[in-house]
Amino acid sequence: MSAPVLRLVDIHKRFGDNEVLRGVSLDVHDGEVIAIIGASGSGKSTLLRCVNLLERPSAGSIVFQGEAVDYRARPGLLGGDRALSALRTRIGMVFQSYNLWPHKTVLENVVEAPIHVRGEARAVAVERAEALLARIGLAEKRHDHPSRLSGGQQQRVAIVRALAMEPKVMLFDEVTSALDPELVGEVLALMASLAAEGMTMLVVTHEMDFAREVSHRAVFIDEGRVVEDGDSDTVIGAPTHPRTRQFLDRVLRRHHAVGASPGILDVAHRARARPDE
Amino acid sequence: MSETVTRLVAYWESIASYMPGFLDASWLAFEITLLVIAVSWGCGLLAALGKLSRLRVLRWPATFYVWFIRGTPTLVQVFLFYFGLPQTGLRLSPFVAGVLALGINSGAYVAEIVRGGLAAMPRGQMESALALGMSPALAMRRIILPQVVRMIIPPITNEAASALKNTSLLSTITLVELTLHSQLVIAATYRPFDFYLIAAVLYLLMTTVLTQLAAWFERRFRLDH
Ligand SMILES: Nc1ncnc2c1ncn2[C@@H]1O[C@H](COP(=O)(O)OP(=O)(O)OP(=O)(O)O)[C@@H](O)[C@H]1O
Ligand SMILES: [Mg+2]
Repeated sequence: MSAPVLRLVDIHKRFGDNEVLRGVSLDVHDGEVIAIIGASGSGKSTLLRCVNLLERPSAGSIVFQGEAVDYRARPGLLGGDRALSALRTRIGMVFQSYNLWPHKTVLENVVEAPIHVRGEARAVAVERAEALLARIGLAEKRHDHPSRLSGGQQQRVAIVRALAMEPKVMLFDEVTSALDPELVGEVLALMASLAAEGMTMLVVTHEMDFAREVSHRAVFIDEGRVVEDGDSDTVIGAPTHPRTRQFLDRVLRRHHAVGASPGILDVAHRARARPDE
Repeated sequence: MSETVTRLVAYWESIASYMPGFLDASWLAFEITLLVIAVSWGCGLLAALGKLSRLRVLRWPATFYVWFIRGTPTLVQVFLFYFGLPQTGLRLSPFVAGVLALGINSGAYVAEIVRGGLAAMPRGQMESALALGMSPALAMRRIILPQVVRMIIPPITNEAASALKNTSLLSTITLVELTLHSQLVIAATYRPFDFYLIAAVLYLLMTTVLTQLAAWFERRFRLDH
């Protein structure tokens, strides 16, 4: 197998006395889709945020595309840090709360970073943005402000905003958790189609169907450690570690109690089938 | 009957003859206010960012500035600039001393307003910008401040109106703005009620212009328009 796109080696993160990550190692290969699952507070978000240095790890090393990431460097007075910026342009991130910028239109949200970070000509950025918006069926909404869009539409725009930077890896942090159940499917479908195209993805999620069906690999995190890491069917379908079993029992029971939204699995199946067509 | 009319006409004519002087003095007060606003926005923005900085050399002066200004009377600050500074060898004209004193004064209040606006911004707004590779400075300029500006238009307008009313304090440093002009006219005419009332109406007109302007801006730059 080729060298990993991203290597996390023994990552630790402490907030004061609270050690949230206690030595996490993870190799992420090109085109791999990894679901990161675990209980609330286990450190999943912190792990993702360490990858693009929204959090500075306390110890450990990050190697991205063969280069060690120097996360110890302090940014200058005005925060200008080219290496950090370059890393972040190659790693897209999507948040639970969309975080679109409300004072900008949908199109402006998408072209902002290509123009002002990558220095792209406006026409070029707009062309790519419009193609991406067309792909998610929101081309007509491009001059609307985000507040006019549904949660699902906003989240898909947020995904497209990250894609506009043509990232190598995408990080998703519970991107469907804030959505009304009927809007979850459209976002998962978009993610599944990205996965099918070969995007490398780290996906923190509570959607076990998605984790199982779309991702190749699942990583179960418990109290800041990787407890189980393997083929997603195995980790979710037949976990070996008691903590994993416990967690999945709880999640799946709640899931069935609420009533699984039937659309999600179908959508994921269809997306997964796409490359074989 | 016609005698009363004649007297009334004479009364209004005498007041009207003073109007050009009052309008000039109002314009001066308004001009000073615009300069004070400019100075206060500069000081306020710098102090707000300074207070939030992780660098002590920026945080401490900014914190001291806001603390000192908000804890001392505006009039004393004006006196410090006009009467105090010459003792250190720096002699300012009443106009310059007045603009600086009121601008720096108002800046401390603007700083608190801006700081409140920045604090009210959801953390995700900055984080999503950083995650796309923006530097903190670029994110501040293009993502955060434009939203904060819209959010703080109402309190900033109040502050501008205060600045306008505070220009009357400059009557104490020989600046013939609207209040001192009124005093001079009253000293010559012994008609304090007439002329202070006229001054009040002129101040009211000017603060109304400011608030209407702000209301227009607020409508024009609503977040989702
Ligand atoms: N900036 C921070 N300062 C202090 N503590 C933090 C910070 N961020 C996270 N933590 C703590 O780290 C722990 C792990 O948080 P994290 O958000 O990574 O968990 P999570 O697995 O994503 O949970 P959830 O499923 O609820 O999102 C929590 O106890 C949290 O309180
Ligand atoms: Mg989380």
